[in-house]
Amino acid sequence: MSKDKQPFDEMFGTGDEPREPYKSYHKWFEGEQNARLRRKAEEAEQAFRRTGITFNVYGREEANERLIPFDIVPHVLSKREWQKLSEGIEQRVRALNAFLHDIYHRQEILKAGRIPAHMISNNEAYLPKMIGVEPPGSIYTHIVGTDIVRTGEDEFFVLEDNARTPSGVSYMLENRETMFEMFPELFIQNRVCPVSTYPKRLRRSLAACAPPACDGKPVIAVLTPGIHNSAYFEHAFLADEMGAELVEGHDLRVVNGRVAMRTTQGYTAVDVLYRRVDDAFLDPLNFNPDSMLGVPGILDVYRAGGITIANAPGTGISDDKAIYSYMPDIVEFYTGEKAKLPNVPTWRCSEPDSLAYVLDNLSELVVKEVHGSGGYGMLVGPAASRKEIADFRAKLKAKPDGYIAQPTLALSTVPIFTNKGLAPRHVDLRPFVLVSPNGIDITPGGLTRVALKKGSLVVNSSQGGGTKDTWVLES
Amino acid sequence: MLGKTAGGLFWMCRYLERSANNARLIEAGSRMTMTRSAPDDAEWESVLSTANVKEMFLQTHEHVKRSDVIDYILRDRSNPSSVMSVVEAARNNARVVRVALTREVWEAVNDTWMKLKDALSQRVSDADLPNVLELIRQQSAQVRGALHGTMLRNDIFNFCRIGTFTERADNVARILDVKYFVLLPSVSMVGSTIDNFQWEAILRSAAAERSFAWLNKESGPRAIAEFLILDQRLPRSIAFCYSNLSRNLGYLEQEYGEARPSRELCEATLSRLISTDVETIFDGGLHEFIQSILQSNNALGLQIEKDYRFYA
Repeated sequence: MSKDKQPFDEMFGTGDEPREPYKSYHKWFEGEQNARLRRKAEEAEQAFRRTGITFNVYGREEANERLIPFDIVPHVLSKREWQKLSEGIEQRVRALNAFLHDIYHRQEILKAGRIPAHMISNNEAYLPKMIGVEPPGSIYTHIVGTDIVRTGEDEFFVLEDNARTPSGVSYMLENRETMFEMFPELFIQNRVCPVSTYPKRLRRSLAACAPPACDGKPVIAVLTPGIHNSAYFEHAFLADEMGAELVEGHDLRVVNGRVAMRTTQGYTAVDVLYRRVDDAFLDPLNFNPDSMLGVPGILDVYRAGGITIANAPGTGISDDKAIYSYMPDIVEFYTGEKAKLPNVPTWRCSEPDSLAYVLDNLSELVVKEVHGSGGYGMLVGPAASRKEIADFRAKLKAKPDGYIAQPTLALSTVPIFTNKGLAPRHVDLRPFVLVSPNGIDITPGGLTRVALKKGSLVVNSSQGGGTKDTWVLES
Repeated sequence: MLGKTAGGLFWMCRYLERSANNARLIEAGSRMTMTRSAPDDAEWESVLSTANVKEMFLQTHEHVKRSDVIDYILRDRSNPSSVMSVVEAARNNARVVRVALTREVWEAVNDTWMKLKDALSQRVSDADLPNVLELIRQQSAQVRGALHGTMLRNDIFNFCRIGTFTERADNVARILDVKYFVLLPSVSMVGSTIDNFQWEAILRSAAAERSFAWLNKESGPRAIAEFLILDQRLPRSIAFCYSNLSRNLGYLEQEYGEARPSRELCEATLSRLISTDVETIFDGGLHEFIQSILQSNNALGLQIEKDYRFYA
């Protein structure tokens, strides 16, 4: 994991010959002409613009709708690699749910001293209003997006557990559709596991979590903050593909003990609400009183079993970056097994020894805000200027418990298609996990994010990252 | 269906209809400019009135200049009814109701927005004007084609149609309202060429000049008024709009199994249009008649909004 080592390339490994999963693709690529591929790449961009797959970047007024660049070279995983990943993810997600249930009920893990109690009680993402609440089907994390990074042939790490409202699944689906249109021959030559069943699986998984008050076929709705939200396209896309209503807070109100949506024929009760609105904005009566995005009183209906909220309120504590550092303990505590997928080693800056180490080694480390996301507010030591490091040092000293630090991983690369042919770029992978009382369901594939700038390790779309289609081979 | 969705569909179609109507107003105005030798400020002032933006325009402009009016109606973002503003508003509504639209309709609306944003990114020169107006018309036809060719015939489609015809009836009534004086019998003007140009401009604004000629109608104020108000064969006449409004509101009533007050309002206006003739309208006063149509059309829009819970 030292930064001197040449990063592992998933197409070529350490040599010049393609690795097994990429052999067939590479052979096809060699037979293609660059000019044709360039034309195809342009076509893909036009197709994305026409369908309106855009995202909004906060803090930028001009061009407030941008495309996430799409690269035509797929990220390929063998059946065996996927098997390993999905077993590790399933174990981890099972542990996350058990952990959430525990900290909102008996708090055994705190009593056992495996996690310091103040990590929970002082955490903004912990919702005391959820204490003692039993979510329908005992599920907290209905949808999880587990971020995976790789550093070698057999070295995979979990970078983040996105357990609040993970986004990006629409890109998994649309990237594949785009590949179908551009290169149908590839899917005749290669057996690639389909991803297009995701919306149906999501619907089934959410329906299986219907609340006690539901009679008959569950009514599902997607709650969006509205068209100005950066992920609005995805909210509309998922509602559309699931055949669910897309609602905003002002479409909903509490009627006769149920949360109901205003239709052309009056109010209709909603059974399962797939919310893409943060906890704080969910219920102005119970949380942030200024929220215009939520539904006054929804939490009271929830506690009485009148609605399922997916993911459950208070879930955010489990993907907090400080809690992340305890994940190996959490997995062991609830499953009785060692974690199949390791964590990235993490220094908690709240601990004086760790803080001292981090301050001494800032130029080598990646430092992240505990509650940050989207690649904002982080320091990538090896790529930072002296001034950036000095500024960050001051921030870190002022509020040490707001930060964690990790070694700079030599993230694996997958080639992208450039004007000069293939060129390696760093990637990560976010598979999407559905959880219901019927089990844990992971769609084979996911969102591959790629740092388009040479040498860059930041893959976030808000920071100039792009996406790739992700292939899991059937054999 | 969500009340918000019904409202979004209604407004999406109203805005799309408005964009094409605006293009047609500019087209008719430009034609007047090209076919007349006298100064045409008054003509462009009436274009502003028809688009219902004259007062707003005069707040930011001292004089009514042709090129300024064209820019204001096509591109000005401070004008909420400019083509650019309404196309953007239509697309925003389409995004809100994305779930109710087929992929074809959404892509047609999105494509319209992208193309017009490009075409209207700077002031349109006189040389480019015909192409830009043509583009606006074509895009509107493309969206209409996608709607008709791919949408289920259910409440979603009905709200789209209701939006279209509410806007169209308003537009045609406004054209007549601004120009009614040209259609009134006045001894000094009868037979003058000005009248003929004005009459032609009225028909052009409503995309009705060819069909009027084709039906071999005797050109004249009464025939034009009759055609635009009462002729059920003309897809832009007020009577045509109201028969369709009545039909679409009727479908909603069937689908929902419940009568709503908006249907009654619509029927009242429709029966006025069916039971009258052009002589009666002129005897009672063309201006008064058009004014009352505009009022009841406005009231109908508000009642639909209430009946189907567009807003909380």
